[in-house]
Amino acid sequence: MDARRLLSGNFSFADLHPGVLLVIVFLLAYPGFASDFFVFQIGAYTLILGTIALSLMMLGGYGGMVSLAQLTVAGLAGYLVAIVGTNSVGVMGLGWPWWITVPFAILAAAVFSALIGAISVRTEGIYTIMITLAIAVAFFYFVRQNYVVFNGFTGFAGIEPPTLFGVYWRDPVPFYYLSLTVAGGFYAAVLYASRSTFGLSLQAIRDNPRRMRALGYDVTLHRVFAYFLAGLIAGTAGVLMVWFNGRISPGSVGVDIVIDILVIAVVGGMRHPIGPFLGALVFVLLQNFAIDLIDRERFNTVIGLAFLLVVLFSPDGLLGLWQRVRPKLRFARTARYEAGRAEERDRQGAGPLEQT
Amino acid sequence: MRQFVERHRVWAFIIFLAVAAFLWLIFAVWPDWLVDSLGRKKTFVNTLLNGITLAGLYFLVASGFTLVFGLMRNVNLAHGSMYLLGAYIGYEVATASGNWFLGLAVAFLAIGASGVLLQVLIFRRMEGDDLRQTLVTIGISIIAADLMLAVWTGNTYQFEPPEWLFGAVTLPIISVIKASGDPVYIKYPMFRLTVLVVAVAVGIGLWLFLNRTKLGMMIRAGVNDRQMLAASGVNVQLLFAIVFAIGAGLAGFAGVIGGTALSIAPGEDVRYLLASLIVVIVGGLGSVTGAAIGALLIGLAEQFGLAYFPTYGVVLTFLIMVFVLAVRPQGVMGGR
Repeated sequence: MDARRLLSGNFSFADLHPGVLLVIVFLLAYPGFASDFFVFQIGAYTLILGTIALSLMMLGGYGGMVSLAQLTVAGLAGYLVAIVGTNSVGVMGLGWPWWITVPFAILAAAVFSALIGAISVRTEGIYTIMITLAIAVAFFYFVRQNYVVFNGFTGFAGIEPPTLFGVYWRDPVPFYYLSLTVAGGFYAAVLYASRSTFGLSLQAIRDNPRRMRALGYDVTLHRVFAYFLAGLIAGTAGVLMVWFNGRISPGSVGVDIVIDILVIAVVGGMRHPIGPFLGALVFVLLQNFAIDLIDRERFNTVIGLAFLLVVLFSPDGLLGLWQRVRPKLRFARTARYEAGRAEERDRQGAGPLEQT
Repeated sequence: MRQFVERHRVWAFIIFLAVAAFLWLIFAVWPDWLVDSLGRKKTFVNTLLNGITLAGLYFLVASGFTLVFGLMRNVNLAHGSMYLLGAYIGYEVATASGNWFLGLAVAFLAIGASGVLLQVLIFRRMEGDDLRQTLVTIGISIIAADLMLAVWTGNTYQFEPPEWLFGAVTLPIISVIKASGDPVYIKYPMFRLTVLVVAVAVGIGLWLFLNRTKLGMMIRAGVNDRQMLAASGVNVQLLFAIVFAIGAGLAGFAGVIGGTALSIAPGEDVRYLLASLIVVIVGGLGSVTGAAIGALLIGLAEQFGLAYFPTYGVVLTFLIMVFVLAVRPQGVMGGR
């Protein structure tokens, strides 16, 4: 699907790939035929994890900065919802109304993300992974030790989404649609941003920071701003996450989960925003149904092996695998399509030439 | 050193004063006003020694990490798993044979061999692709942590080192003078001092190896320019395997030492990985001297943080890292 045409107005439903249309219809109709477990535990959870991984994909895929602290950013937003909103633990819980709490948590998370960016963009490539991993682990230890604000080891419980328009938003179906709206919105936003001036400069910086600097672009500012945007995405997903779980504790921002997010993004593929959601789906399905195959305790081995295999044999994740298989399946059709497009380009290109 | 004194009179004087004050803090009997402001002297000296010995342990772990990175640009995030696996293997061998030193040697060799396997089977296939190598090591550490949990469960293990390494030694440092006039000397666990001695020995050994042997010369040349070294006829792949063996072996070695000084439990892998990360970020990636400086800074910061601001000890080390990154992104001893 061509996002430029979609957003510039020259768009009709006929341009949509039938597969995309099918997916949209499926996602919208999903709660109609699935059980509550599948809607909430599988559907909504996949969308939330996918959104957090989307923020990592945006940084890693377009910015070339693989930040392991995106879950930490989401976790901070979750913690802030519990701290300035209401919780049932009796620590903090300032009781702010939801329409202040939520924007505050998301913005604070985004600022935190930008700060992480400001620290880590001073170094490049591999160093970014190391520094953001160190930040993530330090945050984990910090919230575990801090009892005054973050309530230490126990964390917070009893965090509820508001009841709005007479709908209790933690019910499976409303929560699913809420997650779908957020995930879909950010998906479209990332797709759009990747074609915007900012997105293109970010990708150019990824490919050659020195050239971009020489061309007069503020490389650091672009990168930090990308972190800020990724923080908005991760923060929003963090708010959903804490509503989904109803509680948050240091375990929710632990190293294993930080790595899980990386696994999701890498397994799905970091080249296109659909990758993280694909990865999240595989991850959640494995998490829920791997028990049937092997011991529940050994889930990490399964997910680790899946991750290792993907990294070893398909560096672009499942998306890359698909892109490698697809041409073989539909070679003839793709060739016809390409030929048609080339012809059209020739016709268009010929017009102005004749006039001059 | 004389040159330094001649060139920077003021700085030399300040450093001299600081060293003198520091030595006085250690050896003098503290007057009351100092005890009031800093707490008991025993706490201070013990914290200092804990910090230095912990730094020794961190250096053992981080030196292997930084050595591997320096030559191969490979951030081995499975280094923590190697530490823990070394500790477990050492424990099994030491308990089975009753010989602690045998455990130490086997841990070193076994983890060194696993490092060679990793290098030959996996990293060689994706040379030059830093990000992918790092992702692979993350995958390995996930699997390793889970399998180790399956084999050795969540229990905490404790080594039994030889008798003469255990127990406490009395240091020639007076903590307080009793009302009766008898001085009270500070006691400190023998094994922790041994850790320090081993770390210093390994540090000197590494320095000699890198600076005084032919192999070390090749490694240093490889750090500077890998392609040129390969072009001049050195078998770079063999060199990589050797360095990976030493780096990984050091992690296993440190596992036994650290497991004896503290204890072995799941989760230690992440702790020591984080420690190595921060140590090498502060010290400068690829520099063994930097690892020593970073380990000293982080070890001291962690112990003093624990003793004097218990809640935020971890945050203190983190602040040091941020400060170093802000002032000198390549680390204290790092060159670009």
